[in-house]
Amino acid sequence: MEFAAQVIDIQKHYDLGSVVVKALRGVSVDFPHGDFVAIMGSSGSGKSTLLNLLGALDRPTHGEYIIGGRPVSSISDDDLSAIRNEMIGFIFQSYNLIPQYTVVENIEVPLHYRKGYPTISAKDRKRIEELGDMVGLGDRLDHRPFQLSGGQQQRVAIARALVNDPQIILADEPTGNLDSATEAEIMDMLCKLNAEGRTIIMVTHENSVAKLAKRQIFMKDGVVAGEGLFPG
Amino acid sequence: MKSLMLHKLRAGLTMLGMVLGVSSVIAMLAIGRGAKEQAQKQVLKLGATNIIVRSVKPPPESAVNSGGASVLRYGLLRKDFDLLNKTIPTITQAIPIRELTKAARHRQHDITARIVGCTADYLDINHLNMAQGRFITDDDRQQKKNVAVLASGTADELFQYENPVGQSVRIGDKFYSIVGVTIPRQASAAIGGSMSGQDYNQDIYVPLETMRVRMGDLNIDRTAGSFSSEYWELSQITLRVDAQDRVVETANVIRESMKRNHKDDGDYAITVPLELLKQAEQMGIIFNVVLGSIAAISLLVGGIGIMNIMLATVTERTREIGIRRALGAKRRDITVQFLTETIVLSGTGGIIGILLGLSTGIAFAGIRSLVESFIFEGGKAGSDFAQMFSEMRPEPVPWSLPLAFFISVGIGIIFGIYPAQAAAKLDPIEALRHE
Repeated sequence: MEFAAQVIDIQKHYDLGSVVVKALRGVSVDFPHGDFVAIMGSSGSGKSTLLNLLGALDRPTHGEYIIGGRPVSSISDDDLSAIRNEMIGFIFQSYNLIPQYTVVENIEVPLHYRKGYPTISAKDRKRIEELGDMVGLGDRLDHRPFQLSGGQQQRVAIARALVNDPQIILADEPTGNLDSATEAEIMDMLCKLNAEGRTIIMVTHENSVAKLAKRQIFMKDGVVAGEGLFPG
Repeated sequence: MKSLMLHKLRAGLTMLGMVLGVSSVIAMLAIGRGAKEQAQKQVLKLGATNIIVRSVKPPPESAVNSGGASVLRYGLLRKDFDLLNKTIPTITQAIPIRELTKAARHRQHDITARIVGCTADYLDINHLNMAQGRFITDDDRQQKKNVAVLASGTADELFQYENPVGQSVRIGDKFYSIVGVTIPRQASAAIGGSMSGQDYNQDIYVPLETMRVRMGDLNIDRTAGSFSSEYWELSQITLRVDAQDRVVETANVIRESMKRNHKDDGDYAITVPLELLKQAEQMGIIFNVVLGSIAAISLLVGGIGIMNIMLATVTERTREIGIRRALGAKRRDITVQFLTETIVLSGTGGIIGILLGLSTGIAFAGIRSLVESFIFEGGKAGSDFAQMFSEMRPEPVPWSLPLAFFISVGIGIIFGIYPAQAAAKLDPIEALRHE
């Protein structure tokens, strides 16, 4: 069976000069297509490191990470960028929109880094509008991030994550900065995306949020401590 | 680009260094060229194929040594003229003149004029033209006629509303009949050597031979209790060489020949306009090198300013860089982005600088009219410098415009590459975490 992403005995060590911090000490997880996983664990458990590796922002010290059938442990920095651009959509806790750009321009950013650097076509523009409508911001496309609420900003980030039609969505505490009503809206949106067949990997430490995922993975001291719903 | 617009003041201040650097390059080249062209014009007025030998009055201390009562003898001799004219084959024309200052009078009008004893060629060699009547002729000289030609200024002062031709003017104690009047001519500026500026408009021209018989070679000046007597035969000999490439060697021959009749060279001076032109050109090169280094330093400072701001910008926008990297930007994309911003910044500065530099002419004219109205109020240009200043026009050098633009872009690249690479080198994870 082919997986959307597959982590095989992955280790990540940070060399801080005098000491070597072992953030991941051998993690193996399979993410089948259409999966919706919540990665949980206390801070320092290695969940952020795992997410960085899953997001192709970093390379493992040992082990193999396969995304879309491509092993990435030893590919070049440029190829990592290409994988991030084509296969992964990021959603961050603090939204990470570019402040001087409007909503449309923020959604556009990944399009600028496509392979071969094609210019933004009319088709792209249509897609951006559709995404804007889908996240409910069709009437605010020319606003700037500071003119939007937290929930609205996160929706812009979701639209941006989807613009290149990636297989995997990586969400790093997507509701961490939001109130519970907005949290519900965002989670609803992620569930819908999952229902459409996208693989979603989400880091969170809120049980209420984790519960909405199909399965949960607990991390502790750099290894997977267990699966299933807490306290399961 | 948007990020640049976001900090208009900062971008403006950053560009200022470039603007000033580039505009000073353009302005300096323009002023340098203007000065050079003016020097060329001045020298060419004297004639590129001419060599001018002039009498020089020795400094006062030697006059004291020769005794107060005795006659001060100096200057060019008719012997010199014959020697130069007859022995040097490359000289096609030799024009002797003798100048002295005397009172000239017509009825109640009384002026002090420069009396020039000259030949028929004087008109041509000094680019003078006749307003009416005729100039001195060879016939006048041979017959030692009592004729005079007035310069326009002299004519205006002595005759005012009358027509001077056909009337007479008294110079010293003799009368001369006026045969012609010249058209006003712009005064020539002083150019090195013994050539002081000449105001052609206060002259009276008489035949050289007439001057010799009527006024003699001894000039006695009795003014306000002082008494001096000077003896000189000729004031100036203008020699015309047949070809421009022989001017320098002819000048050397003249220098040697002059030693025969003069023990030391204190009482005459040789001016070679062509040599002056070459000197002026060399000076121009030195001038350009000096100005160029000043401009280079200001451009360097501008470049460092840009680099400084770009480094600050990279730090400030670390998070944005992280976001872009996470969304798929390669290191090269980040480098290109920041480098582009730097080049736009420096290039815009360059363009503004070029426009500013081109307006030097206007600024120069403005300063000039200001200076003239306050300092040289009402009077004629007070000094040689003032005259040079008032006649000089900065001339923008066409090739300096693209040069300045490419320099500014080049500085953008040179000083932008380091910050841009520093931005690209950032670890995306670290950058995303940056607050």
